[in-house]
Amino acid sequence: MAPVVACRASPNWGLRMAEPLLSVDRVSCRFSGLLAVNAASLIVPAGRVTALIGPNGAGKTTLFAIISGFQRPSDGVVRYQGETVTGLPPHELARRGIARTFQIVQPFAGLSVRENILVGAHLRHAKRAEALAAADIVGCEVGLGDILDRSADTLTVAGRKRLELARALATEPKLLLLDEVLAGLNPTEIRDIAPIIRGLCARGISILMIEHVMQAVMSLSQHVFVLAEGCIIAEGTPAEVAANRAVVEAYLGHGAAKKLGGAHDR
Amino acid sequence: MRALAPIAAVVMALAAVPLLVNSNVVLNFLVVTLMIALAGQGWNILGGYGGQYSFGHAAFFGTGAYVNAILQVRYGVNAWPGFAAGIAVGAALGGIIGVLTFRSGLRGSYFALVTLAFAEVLRIVASVAPITGAGVGTLMKLDLRAQAMQFQSRAAFYWLILALVAASLVIARLIERSRFGVWLIAVRENEDAAKALGVNAAHVKLGAMVVSAAITAAAGCFYVQYFLFIDSGIAYGTRISIEALLTPIIGGAGTVFGPLVGALVVQALGEGAKLVAGDAPGLSLIVYGCILVLVIAFAPHGLIGLIDGARRRLSRVAKLGAAHG
Repeated sequence: MAPVVACRASPNWGLRMAEPLLSVDRVSCRFSGLLAVNAASLIVPAGRVTALIGPNGAGKTTLFAIISGFQRPSDGVVRYQGETVTGLPPHELARRGIARTFQIVQPFAGLSVRENILVGAHLRHAKRAEALAAADIVGCEVGLGDILDRSADTLTVAGRKRLELARALATEPKLLLLDEVLAGLNPTEIRDIAPIIRGLCARGISILMIEHVMQAVMSLSQHVFVLAEGCIIAEGTPAEVAANRAVVEAYLGHGAAKKLGGAHDR
Repeated sequence: MRALAPIAAVVMALAAVPLLVNSNVVLNFLVVTLMIALAGQGWNILGGYGGQYSFGHAAFFGTGAYVNAILQVRYGVNAWPGFAAGIAVGAALGGIIGVLTFRSGLRGSYFALVTLAFAEVLRIVASVAPITGAGVGTLMKLDLRAQAMQFQSRAAFYWLILALVAASLVIARLIERSRFGVWLIAVRENEDAAKALGVNAAHVKLGAMVVSAAITAAAGCFYVQYFLFIDSGIAYGTRISIEALLTPIIGGAGTVFGPLVGALVVQALGEGAKLVAGDAPGLSLIVYGCILVLVIAFAPHGLIGLIDGARRRLSRVAKLGAAHG
């Protein structure tokens, strides 16, 4: 049976994993009356793909915003590479190696694809020529090599998602936060982009991804955390989580696990 | 170096004008136009490249003008260091306003309104403070010597302002091709996305504000050298704020030559209207308004954008033609 982590319990990470790259410890975020994230804890071990899933409105994007510094948590601690980074501004976190993509893609619409990636590349390369070279390499890596000179606002949804990924990669991150990079893509496009993500992981970039496309979560991630109504309700391998009663109920409603249970038994 | 070649060509062509034209009217027109282009280039750094639309660049123009004039008239400082001090104080004022506005996260129309308010407050203060000459204004001594940065010939003034404009063009080009410029443009396009990519948006905007203020202050310093008089209405009035933002928007905001092209067009049409309709008060503002409406409706990227678009279409047609031929 999958280990179910209760909302307020603090799991003893030390026993399971030596020094995770990122650990989120009982982080809460309150918007006046609404508790968007409720004492959520999760870890991202180095060199792996970790997924964060959950129904709409569970607080996934808010949790991402907290990790990447766009939102200050009301409570709790975010640790990265052994240091407390709670409340640091986004640009400082990017400097330390945390890059993020946005669920609603945010291209620099007036600029070309190359110029978009260049902004990220300049973080590690002060000289224009070096940054341009780095941007071109990243652009080719995510499959934008042929359209580097196109204006970003002429890209398709799939192209924009790739651009979002390319820009983040150009900052040469250690930890990549992917907020639904596969959402809105058709199966062929997902098939094209999934190997890229796997390749990044193989290159040593740790990934935390929010994803709704379960097929992708199953095939890409090694560990899954499930967020529902602001709480982490389950974690485990993709298979464990998919079979978890609490997870099924969170997605499909109270009593759903029981109804489905018969089918599972057979 | 190749990036600076177009600037060198344009500046050399403009430098030849006084050798061909002797008319004081024409030279006077060009001097004023270049001064507006300089003020506009200041606005362009912050507004065009950085997307922070200031409605109060008169604050920097006026401060440059007053500091230069007051140092010379009241403290007997030489014109050249006075000029430099005017630029420095203007830049410092830009830094102060930048810290106050960007720290509190003011964006878009809020930023525009606050900059306008700063200029207005300065105008009111300058119209009552004794040091600025209050309502009477400050009159400079006529001293036609190069040491005093005053010249007998219009051509000398023309070359001086042209040199300043040339410097501002080079600064704009260097910014455009630097990391700072890439980050500044990224902030204009999408501040949150820029932050996520490691851009310290507040720093970048502040830096742009300081450079922007310094350039517009230089235009103010030049104004008093040329006209030898400044009062609160000229220094901090909305007219200069409007001209500083109008010229780059019409010429092409966020382009190196936008302010220069815009200034030439705006000033030429303004003077043309005067010839037709006489010097009716407020006429130039009506002309500016009409041009602005036309440009925003038909050339949202300014005249330079219009030319670039036409050139791209032409090259596409040429390519198609070649393919069919």
